[in-house]
Amino acid sequence: MPDTLLSLRGLTKTYPGVVANDDVSFDIGKSEIHALLGENGAGKSTLVKMIFGLVKPDRGEMRLDGDLYSPGKPSEARKSGVAMVFQHFSLFNALDVAENVALGMESPPAMRDLARQIRAVSETYGLPLDPSRVVGTLSAGERQRVEIIRCLLQGPRLLIMDEPTSVLTPQEVGILFQTLNKLKSEGTSILYISHKLEEIRTLCDEATILRLGKNVGTCTPRDVTARQMAEMMVGSSFAAPEPKAGAKGEVLLRCDALSMPAPGAFGTPLREISVEVRGGEVLGIGGVAGNGQDELLMALSGERLAPKGTIWFKGRDVGRDGPSKRREAGLLSGPEERLGHAAAPNMSLTENAVLTGARRKRLVKNGFIDWTAAQAFADHVIARYDVRTPGADVTARSLSGGNLQKFVVGREIEQDPDVFVVNQPTWGVDAAAAAAIRQALLDLAARGAAIICISQDLDELMEISDRFGALNEGRLSPTRAVADLDIEKIGLMMGGAHDMEVVHADG
Amino acid sequence: MIRLEKRTQPSGYWTALSPILAVGLTMIVGGFMFWALGKPPVEAIRTIFWDPLFHPQFADYSRPQLLVKAGPLILIAIGLSIGFRAGIWNIGAEGQYIMGAVSGAAVGLAFYPSQSVLLFPLMVFAGALGGWAWAMIPAVLKTRFGTNEILVSLMLVYVAENILASASAGWLRNPEGMGFPGSRNFKQWSAVYNAELLTGTGMHWGVAAAFIAVIAAYVMMARHIQGFNVRLTGEAPLAARFSGVSPAWIVFLCLGVSGGLAGLAGLFEVTGPAGQVSIDFGSGYGFTAIIVAFLGRLNPFGILAAGLLMALTYIGGELAQLMLGLPGASIQLFQGMLLFFLLATDVFTNYRVRMLRREAA
Amino acid sequence: MDPVLLVASIMVSATPILLAALGEMVVEKSGVLNLGVEGMMITGAVMGFAIAVTSGSPLMGFAGAAVSGAVLSLAFGFLTQYLLSNQVATGLGLTLVGLGLSALIGSHYEGQRAPALGKLDMPLLSDIPMLGRMLLSHDIMVYVSLALVAAVWAFLKYTRAGLILRAVGEDHASAHALGYKVVRVRMAAIAFGGACAGMGGAYVSLVRVPQWTEGMTAGAGWIALAIVVFASWRAFGVLIGAYLFGGVTVIQLNLQAAGTTVPVELLSMSPYLITIIVLVIISARGVQGAPASLGRSFHASS
Repeated sequence: MPDTLLSLRGLTKTYPGVVANDDVSFDIGKSEIHALLGENGAGKSTLVKMIFGLVKPDRGEMRLDGDLYSPGKPSEARKSGVAMVFQHFSLFNALDVAENVALGMESPPAMRDLARQIRAVSETYGLPLDPSRVVGTLSAGERQRVEIIRCLLQGPRLLIMDEPTSVLTPQEVGILFQTLNKLKSEGTSILYISHKLEEIRTLCDEATILRLGKNVGTCTPRDVTARQMAEMMVGSSFAAPEPKAGAKGEVLLRCDALSMPAPGAFGTPLREISVEVRGGEVLGIGGVAGNGQDELLMALSGERLAPKGTIWFKGRDVGRDGPSKRREAGLLSGPEERLGHAAAPNMSLTENAVLTGARRKRLVKNGFIDWTAAQAFADHVIARYDVRTPGADVTARSLSGGNLQKFVVGREIEQDPDVFVVNQPTWGVDAAAAAAIRQALLDLAARGAAIICISQDLDELMEISDRFGALNEGRLSPTRAVADLDIEKIGLMMGGAHDMEVVHADG
Repeated sequence: MIRLEKRTQPSGYWTALSPILAVGLTMIVGGFMFWALGKPPVEAIRTIFWDPLFHPQFADYSRPQLLVKAGPLILIAIGLSIGFRAGIWNIGAEGQYIMGAVSGAAVGLAFYPSQSVLLFPLMVFAGALGGWAWAMIPAVLKTRFGTNEILVSLMLVYVAENILASASAGWLRNPEGMGFPGSRNFKQWSAVYNAELLTGTGMHWGVAAAFIAVIAAYVMMARHIQGFNVRLTGEAPLAARFSGVSPAWIVFLCLGVSGGLAGLAGLFEVTGPAGQVSIDFGSGYGFTAIIVAFLGRLNPFGILAAGLLMALTYIGGELAQLMLGLPGASIQLFQGMLLFFLLATDVFTNYRVRMLRREAA
Repeated sequence: MDPVLLVASIMVSATPILLAALGEMVVEKSGVLNLGVEGMMITGAVMGFAIAVTSGSPLMGFAGAAVSGAVLSLAFGFLTQYLLSNQVATGLGLTLVGLGLSALIGSHYEGQRAPALGKLDMPLLSDIPMLGRMLLSHDIMVYVSLALVAAVWAFLKYTRAGLILRAVGEDHASAHALGYKVVRVRMAAIAFGGACAGMGGAYVSLVRVPQWTEGMTAGAGWIALAIVVFASWRAFGVLIGAYLFGGVTVIQLNLQAAGTTVPVELLSMSPYLITIIVLVIISARGVQGAPASLGRSFHASS
């Protein structure tokens, strides 16, 4: 095929216990924007790593412009004309734009020439960027431009973009799309990885959909509806959520126009978040990573104190209370990062049980820790949540991610919270453990507790939530009953289109 | 090729073994150093580590000295170790030690020549308070402005040394001392003299305080929630915050305790073995205690052992100076090397060393 | 007092700290915190003195001081970069070792005089009234230190090696991912810092005092560390900091000599107090420019 740039045939990659990619084949045409669509864990990133030379496939072959292509490392991929913009940028904050670009190049020109080239490229492709700006002062979108320009300066034939819009404002998305279309018109192919359906419909010519490591179909996005693509992406697992029965209790936690400045240069400010949860209810909060999830959890846990009168727990203003006071009152939380935040890596599980259980489990008497009681509590959590560990005396660091997650979630649930706020409860956890954790959350709700579950896993939220809201740049959309939602509406809520009207970006 | 692999669990075996290995390595390298200085290496090592305890002629004198030297070292190191556990680096204990001595002595001398039994306890309190207050300066600056406590506490050592100089030459000078610098001698003032409690042991109130501090620190770190919070802050500051620990409180706690203990050590020293406030009162205990704290693995009982060992090198060093003409500075170097080797052998505690034929693909 | 002499003596008094702080700045730029500056300085002071006395050549003394500072710093480098020991503790250990080592070596040299390092006599220039004597008739090391400031500045700003060094200090994981040798870059920086500290120490024992006494650097290494913070990790900031500090020292010494009513002890503690005050002002304003990976151990696990 003369107009195929990259053709993949039968790519397979197996990791211990998981088949990340199973016999994946598709073609990317010249001057084509090709979407790679799939949920978290569908195998998109493994596939991309193979194309970029970071991972070697077990089986299968790739051909670039007809020639066999098997890059051993990224620099070889770059030499063949394959460039990649990562989701998490490898940028140096204290250095300026030109310096960052230079560090990513094999043999950069002199700084003054480089600055000129950067300016030229940024003008040509409509990506305004000043080469002398310090990267740390740039917005996420501008930082992405640094990476893109770094790639463009090497004149790539294929540009891979990994979830590029997850860090962009709608305006920046518009600019990016114009750039990509211009590149396409000049003959560059683009592999565009995303799970945002509307975006793909607007931008891409072809789409390959991965599910559980397999290619489940190729389509032309403009010709199908978002719903059809969503069904291909999630398969039958996206069953219409069942409305959950059962009367809800009183309002236990209420946020009242909660606004907080960003914690440090790269955080997200919280903007006027107003929401309430009732006893027995699970509120799911979705959204793309980095839109205020961590910040919301820290505000609710009390790690960052909120302004007076913005957080009400059982009718009492707890905005100025620290974590201990809130925990004592019955407002518990579980942060996303297990190692170093929810648990101290080098301390034993018993000690990590004391970390949050000290007061509610009466593990401390007159200031002295009752280690027998602490160990008993740790053992109880280990047994109840099937934490695989030789004992409670091993360090948290020595547990696998899933087992530690079961431990830290179990540790909170076993303290009988009235309200439990948890961020990414099943992130990186195998399916069985994830199901166990979700069940534990549902059981907790059934006992009358209110749960706020922040997650990027939509299936999870649909499965366990009663109501759903989405975070976007620190704003929370109005919440809706899950029973009234479909995938299209959810996507729009996550994109910040609260009024639910379909908005199309200009192609 | 050699590769380091991080252990999932610090090795308990190596935690105990690495100080012993470090002492051994220091002896070997130190032996070479003595040999290079033209001294018999084996004899020098024996003079330092064996003779102070068992030499028929000197042991009677030097054995009690062991506790006299170890007391302040242990007292200071215990305080420092609590801060080091939390990642708070008070390296100005020497200054807090001096300020404890000066303020305790000043309070006592204000009541000269009272024979009240309350005076000594009052001085002890003032000494602890002086060290505490001196350590509060870096604590306040750190919590209020985020100023680096390492540099501030260290700068304050030099400030304290100047205060000591002005006290001994000026405002605390013995009015009956015929113009010589130095305060009144506490050894001649029975109400406040921190004398030996048990004759021939070297045990004075400061040593007793050191033993109490060892036990109290052990109980605090092992059983008390404050000790737990200190360890948690050092291990995972974010998790400590999540748990509800206030970082500022930990700074105040750690600097306060270490300053107070260093101040106590200074007070017991000035009213006991030193006997007076004099220009050369600051003897470097505050710095050596850093080595003691690390050598003792920041563990109270380890510090007890390390303090005794370090005291032994002081006394043995003096003995070697006397007997073999070994330069006094070589002992200082010897102690520094000990810390260096300890930090080097520590790698085995947290990492597994793997020999690889070739780099695995 | 004579302004010519005043400026001239400020330059002499600032040079040791300038050298040490400049070296430490490069080390910190690479992401390593070496608290052993004092130990490397005092070792440089004694080695420089010993070599200069033995060889009769002060320049040999400076070279020897640089080498011994670098060797000592590489011991620190080996521990922190290869054995992954705690940088704070190891730096303190380095200082204690340096103090002991210098006292041991120096005991033979107490009371001796070092061969003088000649003043540079620049024809015509040194004869310019005022300016000539004030700025242009110093020993060569003063100009070496000033040239080094410019060289470090240019190295960090304009060369690729300087860029890589900064990148390593900023984010060692990213630098490693881009294929740069983090540990090697850091070892080189550490050795440079050690050499600079050694020369700074030698300047104290060979020019400023000039003789050897135990513990003669008297905290200059620690002040150098503070000056790096004051300078916000910029070469010309280090220059300003060191010269300001030199000024304070000279003025306080002159006041002592003039016999003012201010107590001597207050004057001698003033440099340290001023350092603290400056640190507080800097930190209250928000410390800027600290390399993001400063003090963190790097272990390439993958």
